[in-house]
Amino acid sequence: MTDLASTHVAQRRDSVLRRPFFWVIGVAVIVFALAPWIGNDVELRESFMLATIYVILASNLNVMIGYAGYINFGSIVFFGLGGYICVYLMAVPQWPLAAAAPAAGVIVSALALPFGLGILRLRGAYFALATIGVNEAVQAFVTNFKPWGGASGMYLSTALFKPLGGPMQALWTIYFLLVAIMGLSLYLSWGIKISKFGLGLLAIGQNEDAASVMGVPTPLYKAMAYCATAFLPAMAGGLYFFKGAFIQPSDAFDLTFSTEAIAIVMLGGQGTIAGPAIGAFFYEQLRGWLLTSETFSNFQLVAAGALLLVIVLFLPGGLMGWLYQRWPRLSRWIE
Amino acid sequence: MSAILELEGVSRNFGGLKAIDNLSFVVNEREILGLIGPNGAGKSTLFNLINGVFPPDRGRIRFRGVDITGEPPYRIAKHGLARAHQIVQPLEQMTVLENCTVGACFGRESLSRARASEVAREAAVFVGLEDRLEVAAAHLNIAGKKRLELARSLAAQASLLLLDEVLAGLNPTEVDYMIGVIRRIRERGIAILMIEHLMQAIMSLSDRVVVLNSGQKLAEGAPAEVANNPLVIEAYLGDPELAKEFRGEAR
Repeated sequence: MTDLASTHVAQRRDSVLRRPFFWVIGVAVIVFALAPWIGNDVELRESFMLATIYVILASNLNVMIGYAGYINFGSIVFFGLGGYICVYLMAVPQWPLAAAAPAAGVIVSALALPFGLGILRLRGAYFALATIGVNEAVQAFVTNFKPWGGASGMYLSTALFKPLGGPMQALWTIYFLLVAIMGLSLYLSWGIKISKFGLGLLAIGQNEDAASVMGVPTPLYKAMAYCATAFLPAMAGGLYFFKGAFIQPSDAFDLTFSTEAIAIVMLGGQGTIAGPAIGAFFYEQLRGWLLTSETFSNFQLVAAGALLLVIVLFLPGGLMGWLYQRWPRLSRWIE
Repeated sequence: MSAILELEGVSRNFGGLKAIDNLSFVVNEREILGLIGPNGAGKSTLFNLINGVFPPDRGRIRFRGVDITGEPPYRIAKHGLARAHQIVQPLEQMTVLENCTVGACFGRESLSRARASEVAREAAVFVGLEDRLEVAAAHLNIAGKKRLELARSLAAQASLLLLDEVLAGLNPTEVDYMIGVIRRIRERGIAILMIEHLMQAIMSLSDRVVVLNSGQKLAEGAPAEVANNPLVIEAYLGDPELAKEFRGEAR
């Protein structure tokens, strides 16, 4: 996986707009948005909608795992908490979606900063365990928090779909918003990677002590990464649970989702931008196939586990690592 | 000559062990100060105290007149103090140029990435890594990695370098090359505090030498003075060959 975690210095001085990858992301996002819409294919939309969620979770997680080298097992807490805040703001103070979803993102990010400063003092397995702990603690809190419906959760009135043009139109709107958040996630992780902040995170990922001696403000940078990658998943959680008009603790803080996101990051190639996105897309397709096949329907996670094992053993650089090895010039186009 | 680094009564214990015991000395501007002493004398511990890996229990450390005692390493780096490690610490999957870019980006002057990569290139060329700019640091040999440690601290545009055994593990040709590089660094006006076991090198490079034994300062002075100091010879008597070499070089 040589050079995977690296960016290309020669290109650095070019403006962002002149770099092919900027346009590759844009075109991919537009294709993603239009593909189900053109044929009004609702089934494809549902499949793609889940894929956008996976891409959003994996891309943001990648900044922690692939850049900073910190395995966040509980990244789903951003998604779940974002969902709760958004649903609550819409159900009780009756905020419109346009205000509730961004508010969820802001609140979750703001909470992530102090949490990050705390738990990111831990390293390796201890950090991974702490992130699971945070997720479990938040889930336990929400389960006992009466204003949010406790263990039975919260429902949204379907009347809330009306401002979006009724349930049919609302689902399309939610889909387009999720595609937009997916695009923002990709631009965010790319933007971080080519920035000075990203260089600092990559240095932390390679050797945290050396990075600190070279002047990288490690505690702050790690917490900033944790905080920045909470925002978009929290918004996505808001949209996702708004779409279902229902949220309960066991769905919102499901560690399965977190684990899948880690598998996706590894599958696609940690540290690359395209890797987690492509990995997420294929993982969603595979998952759909496994769930609907008679023989495998209960083995979806077994497959994810086996996949992870194979990747770690044979393809440590993931899909992108393998592609770069075969075609080194690809890295100019797909980063 | 004014002092760039001042240590005042610095102490650090590990459990019952006094690793550094009430140590005071100064490094002057543009000077090469050699730090020698038997194994376990506390040399690397002292470097860890100076660049903030851990704080001293007692005493003050001042860098260019500013008290930096107890500051974390990343803040101390910003003041313009850089370090090359004894056990090399490359950012393995990053290229030579990127390694140096990190040094330049986060060093004394907070440079933009574009500007930092120019400074990084100069630093890498300065230590003779110009043909390996795009090579991943993991793929360098030990001499290359030692040079990279130097290049990174140069890229940081530091005014004081802490060099921890940068000559260890090199063959004679490589040692000569490195000595040349260190001399050229000094010609740029950068002060150097260096730990070295290679007596020949330390005696010819240093303006002054501080001898450390069991965490205390045993002697301080010009290389020739120190080498003839009976206390120093005694400290090295555990290794008579080294003591002989020591006096031989100073003559």
